[in-house]
Amino acid sequence: MQGLTFDIAHLLAGTLVLVSFIELYQDRLTALINVYAAHAIVLTLSVAWQALAQHAPHLYITATIALVFKAAVIPLALRRIVIRLGIHREIETVVGVGPAMLIGIGLVALSMVVMLRVTAEADPLAREDLAFALSVVLLGLLMMVTRRNAVSQVIGFMSLENGLVLAATGAKGMPLVVEISVAFSVLIAFIVIGIFLFRIRERFDTVDIQALDRFRGERR
Amino acid sequence: MTFDALDAVLLIPLASAAILAVLPGYRLTANFNVVAALLTFLTSVSLFWVAPPSGTYLLVDDLNKVFIVLTTFVAFTTSVFSASYIGHEIEIGRLTPVSVRFYHAMYQVLMFAMNLALIANNIGLMWVAIEVATLTTVLMVGIYRTHEALEAAWKYFILGSVGIALALFGTILVYMAARPVIGEGVESMVWTVLVTKAAKFDAPLLNVAFVFLLLGYGTKVGLAPLHAWLPDAHAEGPTPISAVLSGLLLNVALYALLRFKMLLALNPASIAPGPLMVTMGLVSCLFAAFMLYRRRDIKRMFAYSSIEHMGIIVFAFGMGGPLANFAGLLHMTMHSLTKSAIFFAVGHIAQVKGTQKIADLGGLTVTHPVLGWGLVLGVVAIAGLPPLGIFMSEFLVVSSTFAREPWLATLLALAILIALGGLFLRLGSIAFGEARGSTESVHASYVPMFAHFAIVFVAGIYIPPALVSGFENVARLLG
Repeated sequence: MQGLTFDIAHLLAGTLVLVSFIELYQDRLTALINVYAAHAIVLTLSVAWQALAQHAPHLYITATIALVFKAAVIPLALRRIVIRLGIHREIETVVGVGPAMLIGIGLVALSMVVMLRVTAEADPLAREDLAFALSVVLLGLLMMVTRRNAVSQVIGFMSLENGLVLAATGAKGMPLVVEISVAFSVLIAFIVIGIFLFRIRERFDTVDIQALDRFRGERR
Repeated sequence: MTFDALDAVLLIPLASAAILAVLPGYRLTANFNVVAALLTFLTSVSLFWVAPPSGTYLLVDDLNKVFIVLTTFVAFTTSVFSASYIGHEIEIGRLTPVSVRFYHAMYQVLMFAMNLALIANNIGLMWVAIEVATLTTVLMVGIYRTHEALEAAWKYFILGSVGIALALFGTILVYMAARPVIGEGVESMVWTVLVTKAAKFDAPLLNVAFVFLLLGYGTKVGLAPLHAWLPDAHAEGPTPISAVLSGLLLNVALYALLRFKMLLALNPASIAPGPLMVTMGLVSCLFAAFMLYRRRDIKRMFAYSSIEHMGIIVFAFGMGGPLANFAGLLHMTMHSLTKSAIFFAVGHIAQVKGTQKIADLGGLTVTHPVLGWGLVLGVVAIAGLPPLGIFMSEFLVVSSTFAREPWLATLLALAILIALGGLFLRLGSIAFGEARGSTESVHASYVPMFAHFAIVFVAGIYIPPALVSGFENVARLLG
């Protein structure tokens, strides 16, 4: 049983890294949003499996939040925003898909080397989870820096956040996991509302972050 | 559970925020804001006499007492300044009554979050508090809804979020390191428990955790190269928020770093956090000093000066030892007081002249003598000229470093001198030079500004022995 528990947890965490890679090469916003929803579903399964394996019922709450909020509400809201802004056609990437994937592979290798070495004494379940979680975090960061569109930056940040939830649930018995996931969900809701509220589109006629660079404060 | 002063410093701001969110009328809310901030300050001072016992979630010790009194004091004086500043903004129609109501409620939420971060006895709770503080300041930076304000808020939001995300990863790693020793559950995240068992933690895990925490909270402290959000957020938000950001929020993030540094210092097998902090501090200080020369916006200029001073403070704490820690604490206090006072002056100046561009400001000592000379005094203080408080603390930082690492001290002294040159170059045209812009009289509240300067001035000459022994005590605690 221990072997199977471990394998399934490993599989789910690995899938999350894989889905992060899939996000990296999406070049249309609607497709990217769909992949993000898949990312959230994999996270839900992973958290639910940890809840079962660790006999920690409070993690089911975290899993439910991930399912309802991140896999359904946010993607739907984002899709509406994207269609209303009329930007569902394409994404501009700063770095090409090839180099981005290569950098991504490098980042995953880096996180494996770092985390597996330093967690030599931790229990294997948490250890592998942490290595995968760091990969997801770094891939999220990579996505944020390679995209220029505000919406895809937000999706990059939300995948990064999924990696953090994976890490927090992998740490056995960590308290405040529920609270932290709630706090993060508030943060995400805030970003999504922010896209509306700040009305970057309205002010700049685009959600391309490049437009923001014109106003570096000094060059007026 | 009984109610004590520790709960009060959280509940007063929180209750005030709820009340301010529904109260109509600007004058009433502004005054209520001041009263609430004053009450919080008085409550925090009472912690020196009656220290409530630390629980699982809240804690009070010598270290955070210093921070919390400083925070609530500057928050109080800023609320006084804010009342007159916001009054003017309503008059000229830059802010609507609804957004002012929102602003005051957010001000108190920010106070709550900062106080919570300072007295949290739980690394998770502390992280949540810093996150809340970040969100509220993002909202306040974007309150003017102009082009530049939106850009600044977005930049601050994205960079700040990534920063706190990294800090959360570090926090999880600290828990992972603590769990095998302390056991599962809340206990493994409680400061007071962590410090007693830190020696037995897994050192490699703790090392990686500290790197994440340094990058994460370092972003919030504004250390180069993670500082990009700071000048924009300072320049485009309302000036009271610039004062609170520079004077307080940077300190709160620094406090989190110091706590984790103490944890690492207790573990003999882990890396020494000092050299990392010294490097980042020195780089920030040198970088910001050079950047001061090319500023064209007065608020951005002082934002870079904040990066420089946070660099000096992180450098001092990185050097460690009783003397350098003492110097770091003193410098932090002096910088908070001086920088917020400068922003009080700058806020009124920008309002009366209707611009923040340095090129359009000129001859302030002629057109507005009190504001002009106040700014001169502030720049003299912040540049570190004797006999003011910052001279004292900078002198202590440099001289305590000279005894141990002469090269580092030389570089630091160089950075301070370069910054001094940059500040005075700009001050010359702003305060003296040819008079430009409006000469109308200004409804300013000078009391907070000169109260801060008075404290900084006195501290340069005489520091009460009680305060010295208190700081020495904290410096020993920091190791």
